[in-house]
Amino acid sequence: MYVAVKGGERAIENAHAWLAEERRGDPAVPELSVAQIRAQMALAVNRVMAEGSLYDPDLAALAIKQARGDLIEAVFLIRAYRTTLPRFGSSRPVETADMRCDRRISATFKDAPGGQVLGPTFDYTHRLLDFKLAAEGEVPPAPQADTQPGAVPHITDFLNRDGLIQTEEPSNAAPPDLTRQPLEFPANRALRLQALTRGDEGFVLGLAYSTQRGYARNHAFVGELRIGRVAVEMEVPELGFAIQIGEVELTECETVNQFAGSKTEPAQFTRGYGLVFGQTERKAISMALVDRALRWRELGEDDLGAPAQDEEFVLSHCDNIQATGFLEHIKLPHYVDFQSELELVRRLRAEVAAGKEAAE
Amino acid sequence: MSDYNFAYLDEQTKRMIRRAILKALAVPGYQVPFASREMPMPYGWGTGGVQVSAACLVPEDRLKVIDQGADDTTNAVSIRRFFERTAGVATTGRTRDATLIQTRHRIPEEPLTRDQILVYQVPIPEPLRFLEPRETETRKMHSLEEYGLVHVKLYEDIARHGQIATSYAYPVKVEGRYVMDPSPIPKFDNPKLESAAVQLFGAGREQRIYALPPHCKVVSLDFEDHPFEASKADHACDLCGSATSYLDEVIVDDAGGRMFVCSDTDYCETRRDAGHLGRLSASGPVTTGQEDAA
Repeated sequence: MYVAVKGGERAIENAHAWLAEERRGDPAVPELSVAQIRAQMALAVNRVMAEGSLYDPDLAALAIKQARGDLIEAVFLIRAYRTTLPRFGSSRPVETADMRCDRRISATFKDAPGGQVLGPTFDYTHRLLDFKLAAEGEVPPAPQADTQPGAVPHITDFLNRDGLIQTEEPSNAAPPDLTRQPLEFPANRALRLQALTRGDEGFVLGLAYSTQRGYARNHAFVGELRIGRVAVEMEVPELGFAIQIGEVELTECETVNQFAGSKTEPAQFTRGYGLVFGQTERKAISMALVDRALRWRELGEDDLGAPAQDEEFVLSHCDNIQATGFLEHIKLPHYVDFQSELELVRRLRAEVAAGKEAAE
Repeated sequence: MSDYNFAYLDEQTKRMIRRAILKALAVPGYQVPFASREMPMPYGWGTGGVQVSAACLVPEDRLKVIDQGADDTTNAVSIRRFFERTAGVATTGRTRDATLIQTRHRIPEEPLTRDQILVYQVPIPEPLRFLEPRETETRKMHSLEEYGLVHVKLYEDIARHGQIATSYAYPVKVEGRYVMDPSPIPKFDNPKLESAAVQLFGAGREQRIYALPPHCKVVSLDFEDHPFEASKADHACDLCGSATSYLDEVIVDDAGGRMFVCSDTDYCETRRDAGHLGRLSASGPVTTGQEDAA
C-alpha cells in the first residue's frame, strides 16, 4: 500500500544522516571552515545577515555552511535563532552621516565634499572568468591611501538647502516592530522600510526593476550610495548617557526622484531610501526604488495599479522565509483534501455521464 | 535541548499567544491577529498550531499529533518529537488518552470530550481570501458581516456543476456571526466542529488565531434546496470494516487496483483490536502501514 510518507522516525533520522554526509561532500576535499566562509563569501554572509535581520557574520557563515550554501535556508536558520534571543533594549538611531565610508558614490553630482570613493566594487570589472583563481594564487596587496580627514555629509542635504528636494520630517515616534507585532495595514513608512530591508533580495529587485520599466515609474537617480561602518550606541538607563556597544557595516542608498509638482506645491525632487546590513548595494538600491513607489499616497500621486505601489502586495510577499515555507509545504501529504476532491470530481463526472445516457 | 524554555517559546511569547487565544474564545470565529514568531520549522508546516500548542501545554499534558488523520506521517512525527524534546510531555497515539491533540486536515473520528483541546494547523485562515485577496478588504467584509460573496460563489458552483463544488475547507458560520475557515479538513468532518472540546486554530505565517469554544454553534453554509452534505468515499474500510469513517484511497498495484482505509489510524486500530474485520483483513500481508516503510 502507499506508504511513501509513512514510516516515521527512522526515515527522518536516516534522511538527516544522509543530508549531513552530503553537506560535507567528498571527504578527500578539505572541509570549509566558518572563518573561510566569513572572509571569502562575505557578500553571501551579508545577504544572510540582512534577510535574517541579525548582524552576526560568524553565525551567518555557520548558517551558510550548515545550509550547504542555500542562502534562503541559511536566512531561515538565522531567523529561527534570532527569535529566541532576549531583548535588552533598542539602540539609538545610527548616524550614517558619520559613516566611515569604504565606498561612496553619487550619480547626481560629479563631485561633492567627501569625494567619490569607488571602493571594493564589481562595477567596471569585466566579467571574464579569472582562471588564475582556480589555481588558488594569492593576490598582491591593493594600493593604499590615507583616509581623507573631514566629514562626509549626505549629498541630498545639499539639494535640500535649496529646497529642491522634499524634506523628511523628523519624528521621535518609536517605530513599530515587525517581529513583535502582527503586520497590519495600512503600514507606516518605518514598517515598510523594515519589511523591505529584510525582504528577499530577488523579490525586491524584481519590483524595483518593474518600476524602471514603467510600472509606476518614478525616475530614480542614485543621489548617493555609501557603504561603511557606523557606530551603534545605546543609552543605558543606569548611566544616563549613550555608550558605543559595537559597529555594523551598512549600505545606504538615497535616491533622488522626479516629482512634477502641483498647482499648490512647486516642483520638487522626492526621495526613496534604502538601508541594509553589510555591503549589499543591489538590495539597498532596490529598496530605495520600491520605498519611493510605495509613497504614492503620501506624495499625492495616482495609484497606477502597479505591483510596486501596492503596499499589501509588496509587504505580504517580500519575506522569503514565509514564502519558501508556504511554497514548500505543498510537499507535505494532502491526501485527505485530495481524496475529497477526487470523490467530488468522480461524482460530477458520473452525473454528467448519467445525464448523457438519459438523453440518448 | 534543555537550553530552551518549556515548550520552546519564552513565557512572554506564550502569554501574548494565550491572550490572543482568550480573545479568540470570547469572539468565536473571529480571527485575532497575533505576533507569530519564527519557529525552527518552516512556515506552512504547522508553525501556527505549534505556537498555540506550546502556549497551551503544561507538563501534565499527554500530547497526540496527527497529520491527515495519522500519527505516523513524517510531519506529525517531527512535531511530536519537537514537543517531546522541548516540553518533555508524554505523547500518545490514542485519541481518548490525549489531553491536547494537534491536527492537520482532520478531526478524529472518536468524539472529543470537555477535557481535551484540539489545535488545528491553518494555512490560510481567511475564508474569503480566494474571493478577495486583500486583507484590508476582507477584514472590512467581516466587520460589516458582508458575506454575500461566499454565497454567490456557492451558487455559481451549483449553476456550473449542479452542486456545491467545495469539498474541503468548507466555510462555516459560527454562532450566527463570523464566517470561518475550518482549515482544510474534508467537509465530512464539518459536523464534528460542534464539539465538547476546546478547538483552537493557529495560522503562523498569516499571524492569526481563532477558536471555537465548547458546544459552540457551527453551521456549514448551504442553501435550503441544496443542503450541506458531509460526503465520503462510498466504501467501507478494507481493514476494519467501518462504514462511517473518512477513508483514504490507496493504490495497491500497477493495474490501478485500490483499497480504502480509515484516514484516522488510531480509530482503525482500535476497531481492529476490538475484532472488527474489513474486506481485506484476512487476505494476506496487508498491514496498517505503520512501520518500516521508508
